[in-house]
Amino acid sequence: MIALLIILPAGAGIFALFIGSDRLRRILLLSTAITQTALSITAWMVPPAPALGGWLAEDALGRLIETLTSVLFLAASFYAVAYLREERRQTHSDFEEGFLFSNAREASFTACLLFFLAAMTLVAVSQQIALLWVAVEATTLASAPLIYFHRHHRSLEATWKYLLICSVGIALALLGIFFLAVAATNPDGSTIALMVPDLRANAHRLNVPWFRAAFLLLLVGFGTKMGLAPFHTWLPDAHSEAPSVASALLSGALLNCAFLGILRVQEISVAGGIAGFSDKLLLIFGLVSMGVAAAFISGQTDYKRMLAYSSVEHMGILAVGVGLGGAAVFGAVLHVINHSLTKAMLFLVAGNFLAVYRTKNSTEISGALRVLPVSGVLWLVGLFAITGSPPFGPFLSELLILKGALDHGQILVAIVYLVLLAVIMAAMAAPALAMAQGTPGAHISSPPERSLTLTIVPAMLGIAILLMGIYVPPVLTRALREAALVLG
Amino acid sequence: MNQLINSILVLLVLTGFMLLSSSRLAACIRAIAIQGVLLGILAIVIQVGQLSVAGVLLPLSSAIVKGFVLPWLLFRAMREADTVREVEPVISYNLSIIAGTAALGVSLWLGHRLTLSNQPPSSLLVPAAFFTSLVGMIVIASRQKALTQVLGYLALENGVYAFGAAVALRLPILVELGILLDVFVGVFVMGIAIFHISREFDHIDTDKLRARTARL
Repeated sequence: MIALLIILPAGAGIFALFIGSDRLRRILLLSTAITQTALSITAWMVPPAPALGGWLAEDALGRLIETLTSVLFLAASFYAVAYLREERRQTHSDFEEGFLFSNAREASFTACLLFFLAAMTLVAVSQQIALLWVAVEATTLASAPLIYFHRHHRSLEATWKYLLICSVGIALALLGIFFLAVAATNPDGSTIALMVPDLRANAHRLNVPWFRAAFLLLLVGFGTKMGLAPFHTWLPDAHSEAPSVASALLSGALLNCAFLGILRVQEISVAGGIAGFSDKLLLIFGLVSMGVAAAFISGQTDYKRMLAYSSVEHMGILAVGVGLGGAAVFGAVLHVINHSLTKAMLFLVAGNFLAVYRTKNSTEISGALRVLPVSGVLWLVGLFAITGSPPFGPFLSELLILKGALDHGQILVAIVYLVLLAVIMAAMAAPALAMAQGTPGAHISSPPERSLTLTIVPAMLGIAILLMGIYVPPVLTRALREAALVLG
Repeated sequence: MNQLINSILVLLVLTGFMLLSSSRLAACIRAIAIQGVLLGILAIVIQVGQLSVAGVLLPLSSAIVKGFVLPWLLFRAMREADTVREVEPVISYNLSIIAGTAALGVSLWLGHRLTLSNQPPSSLLVPAAFFTSLVGMIVIASRQKALTQVLGYLALENGVYAFGAAVALRLPILVELGILLDVFVGVFVMGIAIFHISREFDHIDTDKLRARTARL
């Protein structure tokens, strides 16, 4: 059953490569996404048995991330089908430099989307640390072609940066896993298996200095993938050059998977009562990420880059939340969901803006509320949500993290956290509001017959964000609490 | 036996310096290929006395992939890219070698400081592993060409692999294969990217080309 969650998208991906008909391939993409989501939801009612000798198993944390990934993928696949239909023309002119370029083959784009889903699912359900590493590296390889969908030099450069920086980061994470293996070797020569449950049960027997070094390497390695500053340098390029549907998946789903890699090691830290060191590191990297994001969001005129830096900010918030411990961890896990839904919606809406206005420069866009009424409203909803305004989901989770900081007497952290949130809110609000309001330029006309799906999908996500702010279902609260428990 | 291990490690360090000092791309690719084969032999030699079928087959396949398949891919990428076959470093070769010597010093110190619960068969093993990784990072940071950066990534990966051999790490076969597959596909995808980079240059005017090569 668990294995099916990985085999299904991987197998569909292979099929997608060989299907000649666009129509059939799109049906395959949608039906895989729907089945995957159905399977993920079934797993909540009937917990699946572990597979491969316990290597693949769903715990509360893994199930949350896995379900979130498949729900986002479902949204993204509907959007992608509508998007691909519009992108069918042979050549496109670039709106920044005016040259002509073509797109990658739709078959390979669809296949990579499906492989990407398989790899992310493997990350979420993997209990073996080294297998988790293999899966995280696989997500890089499967998603790199997605960034290079538009065949031109800027996206190529972004893809190259992504591949190289993440591969180097992930190589350091592998060294971290070897360090962890050394830490798990007892003086008498016996070893603890590199499985999360085994490591947690025997965490007090780990060699502490080696474990600390391992944590640092894994934090840097997976942190590179997650977009923690100062290792985030690939992120703005990749998110800005990838087609919006890929950006939505990168930000909404992939970053969580990398975060899960860090959380698995943090679980072991907490179980061994040696979390003091890792908490401090997470707090520092988290606040630095928020600070870097604040600096780069201020004055940012490329709205897709602005959203990318906002992802750096939110990854920082997650790290801070987990680093604080206690009630803040619950807030952080809740924030994973809220951030993913909101950011995915914002990227999809940004894709709609891009299609109509044909520019990534926010100063050249005005009157979005008139040209694209629904997308315009969703853009504002997303903006308020992502900057932490009530009544949306992110407000609740950011508040819980703040409360956690105050409960622990971390006044300084709380102050820095609040100041950075305020700076980012101010820096994002000005350009985003200007885009929505005002009168559209004369050359902008309402687009002829764009697919309704392109609006409905982000609208559904918008409703989910609002619901998450008003009412978190008890099933989810229970799962969140269970997930937060193992993280201190 | 110890002597054999030590000579392999000395050769490994020498290939690291070869990578740092060569001005020709082909020589650098060969250095990485030699490293791949050396590591395969090392992984087999280290477990003499407790050899298993998987214990031989895995290092062997790793040696074939890293010593022959990947270099072949990289040579092809080099030929197709058909650019200047020089490394074009940001820093001078002398400085590269000085950085390499410093890295060797740091690695020896680190190897001396770290205490392992099960002693590796040679005291040179851990320093040689760290040195190879550090060389990889120096190459990535100080070379402009996409292809050279891939070589740096491979050296980094080789160093990590050597460390795994040093601590006699027994990862499950499935994981070992997964790691090897990831490296292989990674270099394959990077090779495709290099091919596109070279093709992209054909229809961009030279000014932009210069700006791009500087960054790629």
